[in-house]
Amino acid sequence: MTRTRKPGVSRRATLAMMGAGAVTFATPFGIPWVARAQAKTIKIGMPTILSGRVAQLGTSSRNAVMLEIEKVNAAGGLAGRTIEMVIRDSKGQPQEAARVARELVNTDGCEILIDAEASSGAFAVHEVARDLGVLCIHTNSETSALTADPKQHIPNAFRTARQGVHDSIVGGSYAAAIAKTKGLKKWATCSPDYAYGRDTTGEYVTYLKRFAPDVEIISESWPKLFQPDYTEVVTKILQAKPQALYSCLWGGDLTSYIDQANIYALFSQMEVFAVNMADYTALTVVKNLPKGIHSGNRYIKTYPATPENAAWGDAYKAKYGEYPTNWSWENATAIQLLAEASKKANSADGKKIAEVLRGLKIKSPFGADGTVTMRAEDQTLVGYAIGWGTTIPQEPYVPQVQAGDWKTIFELEAEWKKSKGYI
Amino acid sequence: MDLDALTGCLASSACLVTQITSGFIIGMLLFLVAVGLTLIFGVLKVVNFSHGAFYMFGAYFAMTVYQLSGSFALAMLAGAVGTAIIGLIFERGFMSRVYGADVLMQLLVCYAFVLIFDDVVRMVWGPEFKSMGMPAAFQVMPLFIAGGVVPPYYLLLIGVALAAAVVLGLGLAQTRIGKVIRAAAHNPGMVSALGINTGLIYGGVFALGGMLAGLAGALAAPVRSLTPGMGFSVLIESFIVTVIGGMGSILGALIGALLIGLIRSFGTLGFPLFTEGLMYLFMVIVLVSRPTGLFGKEVA
Repeated sequence: MTRTRKPGVSRRATLAMMGAGAVTFATPFGIPWVARAQAKTIKIGMPTILSGRVAQLGTSSRNAVMLEIEKVNAAGGLAGRTIEMVIRDSKGQPQEAARVARELVNTDGCEILIDAEASSGAFAVHEVARDLGVLCIHTNSETSALTADPKQHIPNAFRTARQGVHDSIVGGSYAAAIAKTKGLKKWATCSPDYAYGRDTTGEYVTYLKRFAPDVEIISESWPKLFQPDYTEVVTKILQAKPQALYSCLWGGDLTSYIDQANIYALFSQMEVFAVNMADYTALTVVKNLPKGIHSGNRYIKTYPATPENAAWGDAYKAKYGEYPTNWSWENATAIQLLAEASKKANSADGKKIAEVLRGLKIKSPFGADGTVTMRAEDQTLVGYAIGWGTTIPQEPYVPQVQAGDWKTIFELEAEWKKSKGYI
Repeated sequence: MDLDALTGCLASSACLVTQITSGFIIGMLLFLVAVGLTLIFGVLKVVNFSHGAFYMFGAYFAMTVYQLSGSFALAMLAGAVGTAIIGLIFERGFMSRVYGADVLMQLLVCYAFVLIFDDVVRMVWGPEFKSMGMPAAFQVMPLFIAGGVVPPYYLLLIGVALAAAVVLGLGLAQTRIGKVIRAAAHNPGMVSALGINTGLIYGGVFALGGMLAGLAGALAAPVRSLTPGMGFSVLIESFIVTVIGGMGSILGALIGALLIGLIRSFGTLGFPLFTEGLMYLFMVIVLVSRPTGLFGKEVA
C-alpha cells in the first residue's frame, strides 16, 4: 500500500504556525521572555529644524543629543534599555512640528519626546504632548510663558532651555549700569515678530527701566521671523537716532541684520545690546564682526570658565568639527537629566521619570555653580550659567563675562510672575 | 500706526534721502528677479514658479567664487553666468517638455524643481546658513547726502540693476534679436515658419531670466545670509511685483518693484505693524482698479 499525503496542512507546517502564533500573541499579553526582547530599546522622538535659515541650530541640537546618548548607551541606556533616536525635520513650521511630533509617537512608537523646536514650534509640540500624555522635554524654546504660565502647565512637559525672563533680568541690570555710566537714555528695539521676540524684548525693557528709570524707548521694529531684508528696519533705527539698541534677533536673521547694518555703520553710531550674539553660530559666521557688541552668553566654552565646560566644548568640536551652539548645551542637558532621572527611578517609563525629574539637581558643565536643577514648581531649568559681556572679533569672542546672580533672578522672576498673574 | 514718524520723515531731507535709497535697494533687487519672471512669462507663457531658485543659485555661486578667488567682480559674473547655464539646462531638459501643457502640470513641475534645487544646494553647501561677507572695497563709512545715509555698496547695486533695466529694454526694442524675441512672444508659429529656431529663443530667454535672478542673488549675497530655500520669499514678492506691473511688462516690473520698495521703506515708519499688509493691500487696490496690472495689456 502506498502512503499518500493527505491534502491540507502538514504537521510540520502546523507546528511552525503555532510557533509563530505564540510569538505574535505573546507580546500583547506580556509573556516575559518575548517582552524583554522587544523592550531592549527605547525610542526617543525629536522634531527639530534641519532645513532653512536656522538649520545649523537644529543640527547642533541633534549633534549634542547624539553625543550624550553615546555616553548613556555605553553606560547601559535608560534603565537597561538602549536609546534609539528618531529625528525629524520640522522645517521650522509650527504645523509641521506638531504633525511630526504626533507621528513620532503614534507611528514610530517613540515613548519620549525631545522637543528641539524654536518657540514658534514649541507651543505646537506642547499641545501634542498635552494630548498624548507622553513625556516631553522642550530644549530650545526660551519664551518664558511656556512653563511660567499655569495655563500651559502639564505634568509631563519640562524645559531645559534658558528662559527669556532670566536673560532679561540679568541683561536689563547689566544694560542699566552701562546706560547710567554712559548716559544712554534713548533706546530702540529690533526683535523678531513672534512669541520669543515680543516676550523677551518686553521683559528686557521692563528690567532695563526698573534699574535705569530714565530710559525711554523711542523706536520699536518687529521684522518677521526669517525676513531676508532688514534695510528698511536699519534705516528706521537710524532715523530715530537712539543712543542704544536692543535686539533678540538670532541665528541667520542676526547675521543678515549685522551684515546689512554694518554698511550703514549702525554699530558705530550707538551701543548695541544683542542677547544672542555670543554664540558660535553667529560669532563664526559673520565675516565682519563689529567690536564691542554687548551680548548675553549663549554657548561659549570659556564661560563658565571651568575645565568641565571647556572639555565638553572641545569634545563636541572633536566629533563634529565645529563648536557647539546655545541649542547644543540645552539639548545635552535634557539627555543628562533624563539619564539621571531614569537611574534614580530605575525605570525608563515616562511617568516615573517625570516624577523624579521634578526638583532633580545634577552636576553639569553648564551650571553657574557646577550644577543645574529642574525646578519642581514650573518644571523648568534653573541654575545654568548666565552672564553678559562685550564681543571681540576673534576667540575667545567674549573675553570677560559679568555673571548674573541667581538669587536676584529668583526674586525678580517671582515678582514678574505675580505681575503677570501666574502666581 | 505712527503717522508722526511718517510726516516727520517726509518733511526731512535727510530722512527722505535715506528712505528713498532704502526703497530703491529693496526695489532694484526685486526688479532683477521679477523682470526675469515677467520676461519668461511674456515670451514662453510659463509661470516659472521655480524662479526663486535661480536667485538662490546666484547667491551661492557668487559666494563660492568669492571665497576661492577673492574677486568681487568674478563672483558677480559667476552668479549671473552660472545661473544662466542652470536656466538653459532646466529649460531644455524639462520645461520645454511641458509647454502647452495644463498650467497645473507646469506648476507641479516647477514646484518639484523648487524642492530638488533646494536639496541640491543643501547637499553641496550644507543646510546651515552662510555669509559671504562684504568685500573690503565696500567696508567703508556710508555717504551722507543731504544728511541722509547711503552705503556705497547700495549705490553700486542700484546702478547695476538700472543698467540691466536699460540694456534689457533697449535690447528688446532696438536689436534684431530683441525683435525676434518679441515676435516669438506674439506669434511663435509665424517665427518658426520663417525658419527661426524657436527652441533656441526659448532657451535663451529662460537663460536670460535665470541670469537676471542669479545676478540679483549675487548682489544680495554680501548683505543677506544664504540658506537653502532662500529664494522662496523673494519669489513671492517678485510675483507681487509682476502682478502689479502687469505680467509680461518689463517697464511694469521696474515700476512695480520700485513702488513695493518705497512702500516697504516708508511703510515701516508710518505703519510698522502693517508693512507686509500694505504691500498686499496695494496689490489688491491695483488689481481691483486695473486687473491686468499697471502696464499689462488687455487680453482680447
